[in-house]
Amino acid sequence: MSHQAEFKVWRGDSDGGDLKDYTVEVNDGEVLLDVIHRLQATQAPDLGVRWNCKAGKCGSCSAEVNGKPSLMCMTRMNTFDPNETVSVTPLRAFPVIRDLVTDVSFNYEKARQIPAFSPPEGVGPGEYRMQQVDVERSQEFRKCIECFLCQDVCHVVRDHDDNKQAFAGPRFLIRAAELDMHPLDSRTDRAVFARDEQGIGLCNITKCCTEVCPEHIKITDNAIIPMKERVVDKKYDPLVWLGSKIGIRHD
Amino acid sequence: METKNGVDTPGRAPIAQPHLRTDNWRKAPLWTFIGLTAFVVYATIRVFTQSAYFVEGANFHYLSPFASPCLSDSCGAAAEFGTWGTFPQLIPLAILTLPFILLFRLTCYYYRKAYYRAFWMSPAACAVPEPRAKYSGETRFPLIMQNAHRYFFFIVVGVSAINTFDAVKSFHGTEGFGLGLGNIIIVVNVILLWSYTLGCHSCRHITAGRINHFSKHPVRYWLYQKASKLNGKHMQLAWITLGTLVLTDAYIALISLHPNFDLRFIG
Ligand code: SF4
Ligand code: SF4
Ligand code: FES
Ligand code: FES
Repeated sequence: MSHQAEFKVWRGDSDGGDLKDYTVEVNDGEVLLDVIHRLQATQAPDLGVRWNCKAGKCGSCSAEVNGKPSLMCMTRMNTFDPNETVSVTPLRAFPVIRDLVTDVSFNYEKARQIPAFSPPEGVGPGEYRMQQVDVERSQEFRKCIECFLCQDVCHVVRDHDDNKQAFAGPRFLIRAAELDMHPLDSRTDRAVFARDEQGIGLCNITKCCTEVCPEHIKITDNAIIPMKERVVDKKYDPLVWLGSKIGIRHD
Repeated sequence: METKNGVDTPGRAPIAQPHLRTDNWRKAPLWTFIGLTAFVVYATIRVFTQSAYFVEGANFHYLSPFASPCLSDSCGAAAEFGTWGTFPQLIPLAILTLPFILLFRLTCYYYRKAYYRAFWMSPAACAVPEPRAKYSGETRFPLIMQNAHRYFFFIVVGVSAINTFDAVKSFHGTEGFGLGLGNIIIVVNVILLWSYTLGCHSCRHITAGRINHFSKHPVRYWLYQKASKLNGKHMQLAWITLGTLVLTDAYIALISLHPNFDLRFIG
């Protein structure tokens, strides 16, 4: 079965653009990316769109569908009413390049600022030994496909471009948690880094990052809040400070 | 001229509509607003009027969680931990614990999300622009005080112990043991209060969340897993316990006005 469906697709670049109306065929079992490809093949050969795997694993096809940050290849067409007009726009937290393609270099800059994994002195590659229970928490965060939907939806930067300097965004707060919780990471300054350089205090744990994550990583509950608690240990809790001074508490 | 910020920042895709969501995104913050407001109004009235908070019979002893521990001379048999003189009107009978319970819930990671969204619209829903131009999150006073949450957690563990004591006492009236619907309501409320409290993110952190080698601390890891399990239901428990607190208090108020209404099973 197939039907004709109405779309509003944003076309343009940073100088200007519009939501353009298109009517495109939709077949059973298709996802939005299939329809965007059909649109490109039949009516809009110059439509700019990034994609790669069509399997929700490369993180390229991020867009905003009916105003919600989503992967186009994981948005099934049968989740819409056949008579509904579906809007598709580029991510709205990053500069646009053309049509559905945005410049996500903000994220790569934030990634580079994080100190790399640092195994204990004298432990070389191939000599890492750890227990599964110890590394499990970090592994959840390794599922990240870097689609940057969480970075796009986060109101700290989406609604306040001026916070981009101070705030690394949820994707890089999970990276901080991944390393800080790692049984073989020897750095002890990651929580302080999360506060001072990544701006974790700007996050108000309203969980939009968790809502949009296609990998269902519990970004807020399992990474950001635990990191906030670790920041409290290092920076705000006078009892923890006293405990470590008099030697009854070891980290 | 006002500089454009947010989704209108120059360089981002110029789109006229502030957001394009078509679903009913107002519903969740609206219900949150109504639910939290209703609870606050109910609790404020009940706490400040000092009335119908306690009833004792031959086989029962029901004290409302809003008035426990009851510390005024006027508490009579409801005073289980001594008294501090006669409280004037408008001073809550449980003045020792209520401020901490309030602060515990106010700084709870779940309630923070709930009221930032529903009351402060920061953001009201995901990808819906917030109304204010400036935003500093939890980096400044007063919101930086949210970092004290763990202290309120410790205090409220003590309060939960008092609630547990009240629940045990609720079975014993002036003449002896009994079992009524009131006891069941009180006990269920206390179990749910514990479930909410022990599912706290600070509890998760304290049990073992803060250490990196679970394998070296099996007991703490076991506790952490239990806390994490409760934590997964933290939002639900946050709402359910508001409901059971109101239910428990309202039931006790009803019985204190009509002691014969209590459904009795034993005694
Ligand atoms: S929970 Fe924090 S990091 Fe995630 S979207 Fe909300 S403010 Fe941003
Ligand atoms: S955390 Fe989730 S939403 Fe964010 S970049 Fe990774 S996969 Fe995408
Ligand atoms: S095309 Fe790879 S995630 Fe959609
Ligand atoms: S009580 Fe909700 S997080 Fe602590």
